[in-house]
Amino acid sequence: MGEFWDLTIRFFSLADGNVRWVVAGAILLGASAGALGAFAYLQRRSLLGDALSHAALPGVGVAFLVVGYKSLPALLIGAAASGWLGALAVNAITKYSKIKQDAALGIVLTVFFGLGVVILTHIQKSGAGTQAGLDKFLFGQAAALGSGDVALLGSVAVILLTILVVGFRSFKLISFDSGFATSAGVPTGLLQFLLTTMIVAAVTIGLQAVGVVLMAALLITPAAAARQWTDRLSLMVLLSALFGALAGLLGAWVSFLAPRLPTGPWVVVIVSFIFLVSILFAPKRGIISRLRQHRHGRGKIVREHILKALYKLGEQDENWSGRYGISQIEQAWSFSHRELNAALRYLDRRDFIQRDNGSFMLTEDGVVEGARVLRRHRLWELYLTTYLDLPGDHVHRDADEFEHVMTPEMEAQLEELLDRPEYDPHHQAIPNIGREGTQ
Amino acid sequence: MSPDMWVLLTGILAAVACGVIGSFLVLRQNAMLGDAISHSVLPGLVIAFLITSSRGVVPMIVGAAVMGIATAYLTEVLDRTRNVYRDGALGIVFTFMFAVGVILIAIYADQIDLDQDCVLYGEIAYTPWDVAVVGGKSLGPRAVWILGGVLLANLAFIFSFYKQLKICSFDPAMARAVGLNERLWHYLLMTMVSLTVVAAFESVGAILVVAMLIVPGATAYLLTHRLSVMLVLSGVIGAASAIGGFFAASAIDASISGAMAVVSGLILAIVMITTILVRRISAKRHVRASRENETAPVQSM
Repeated sequence: MGEFWDLTIRFFSLADGNVRWVVAGAILLGASAGALGAFAYLQRRSLLGDALSHAALPGVGVAFLVVGYKSLPALLIGAAASGWLGALAVNAITKYSKIKQDAALGIVLTVFFGLGVVILTHIQKSGAGTQAGLDKFLFGQAAALGSGDVALLGSVAVILLTILVVGFRSFKLISFDSGFATSAGVPTGLLQFLLTTMIVAAVTIGLQAVGVVLMAALLITPAAAARQWTDRLSLMVLLSALFGALAGLLGAWVSFLAPRLPTGPWVVVIVSFIFLVSILFAPKRGIISRLRQHRHGRGKIVREHILKALYKLGEQDENWSGRYGISQIEQAWSFSHRELNAALRYLDRRDFIQRDNGSFMLTEDGVVEGARVLRRHRLWELYLTTYLDLPGDHVHRDADEFEHVMTPEMEAQLEELLDRPEYDPHHQAIPNIGREGTQ
Repeated sequence: MSPDMWVLLTGILAAVACGVIGSFLVLRQNAMLGDAISHSVLPGLVIAFLITSSRGVVPMIVGAAVMGIATAYLTEVLDRTRNVYRDGALGIVFTFMFAVGVILIAIYADQIDLDQDCVLYGEIAYTPWDVAVVGGKSLGPRAVWILGGVLLANLAFIFSFYKQLKICSFDPAMARAVGLNERLWHYLLMTMVSLTVVAAFESVGAILVVAMLIVPGATAYLLTHRLSVMLVLSGVIGAASAIGGFFAASAIDASISGAMAVVSGLILAIVMITTILVRRISAKRHVRASRENETAPVQSM
């Protein structure tokens, strides 16, 4: 344990020069890929990064053939050029044929990669020099990042982030409403082209550091995680960049603790974990919060049905101070046993009903609430029969659902539209208790 | 049969098997699934290796198949939460699984004789020497048997459930309306795809499999509106790519699988350009015809 803390402190103090480079590289790469990925994600082009990073292979082979030895700048330029051609091909295929985005990405990925394999095997078999390790170029080695690599990677990342910040409004426009953008005179095609070129640049610098697959992950996962937390693009891009940078930092830390473990895969595992936390726990969109909302909604419906049932029982007896057993409530609607009991306890706590030895009575508040639900039910029935000409025996189920979602404003409008009716289509009185403008 | 002919036959079987089932992926806009599976099987291979401590074919295929199916299912689950777009979901799942695979290999490096590309990229050129032997008699390359079996299984699946697959692929709402369990059919199809991919990988390599799942189907999609015709065409185009790639590879002395993928891309490019030109020419002819005959209403175009 002591060693763990020693290493961790040494890592985060950035005392080690090599650590500084790796951390800087991982953070910058994560941030720029994360930010760019947010746009790709919203345009549903998440897998573009995956396709382009495979499409870089033939460029690597051709660059090697041209230069004759493994020169990093040449290989990078080759990779970028063929990745970029791949992006153009994807656009051309979706624009000029009915083939969809996903198939276009798959076509470019496999055909380009196949071409790359052909070129590399051809080089190998014709003995045109030592090509060993060319294919490894695509698989990445973050731990081996030197200061020169990081300087290159970092400056590209900074340029990309700057362009994103400066052109944010334009990129936002083409991400959400390219039709409107075009008609407003925004050069949509040019901006899209710029965005694609920036993704190619990010993929190219990332390839060498983290490899094909992990680069694809950096373009997708932070963006999908960020999407869970916000509906605003600016915040989403910011969060996505943060998640990418955080994953980069923590990934570098893990492989510093255990040098045998490669950085890239850890970055992906960490960013996947961030995604998992986001999709589960994010407020509003998160799965848990949505389940809770769903249960809450269901609970409200159950409670309103109980109040309505008790109110209707009172209506039959012409007074609301009677006590009714649970079996009489149960007949009113398809309650499950558990939710019925939970709702009764809730209503008792909030003083809408009084519970006594398994029998229930509405309180004054309960009567008002029950009347309100039943009024909405009957108003809606009346509306459906009057304005939609539905037969009277067809409207009950619809009203049973709609009574719970009707807002007070809608209720008031219905009252006005139907001219403050007294009876519903079945000649039952529409309850007056608590009605606006009546006592 | 000469080794070359065996290689060619293996390639054709792989291309046709992947082409027909891949047509459904193209129709359902799920074409990247093959690529995703080709990466996400890695942890399955590692775990199978760790459990059996061998590189036996059966445990490898089982491990890979489990992960392949898991990829399709996990993506579907994520997609159905509606919290993520489908393509994003697929990308998240397969990159995560691949990363776990690479980490497992790094952790057990001293026990594992696996390399992240060697297992994934089977080499079609070696298939003739890996023969199936039953009762001391050689029955030809194992890959031919495996791929032949996969092809038959796919054809049997499509023939038996043609109607269901068709309705579910074109009109999921209609499928539900006529009482089909659309989700069940989706999962069955994904399972067939996963098994095809995994079985074919092991013999001919990922690149050929992933290419043949997408490219012939997409080419056929350009040529017809009918599913039955599309399936036949994708098989024919797959076979043509395999044959063309085989001869191209021997001409320039390069990877056979890679060349097959490139040829399928060339066929697609030719078909695409031709259909665009034909459309342009016929549009022009219509314009000219309507100009010459002024009484013809424009709508008759």
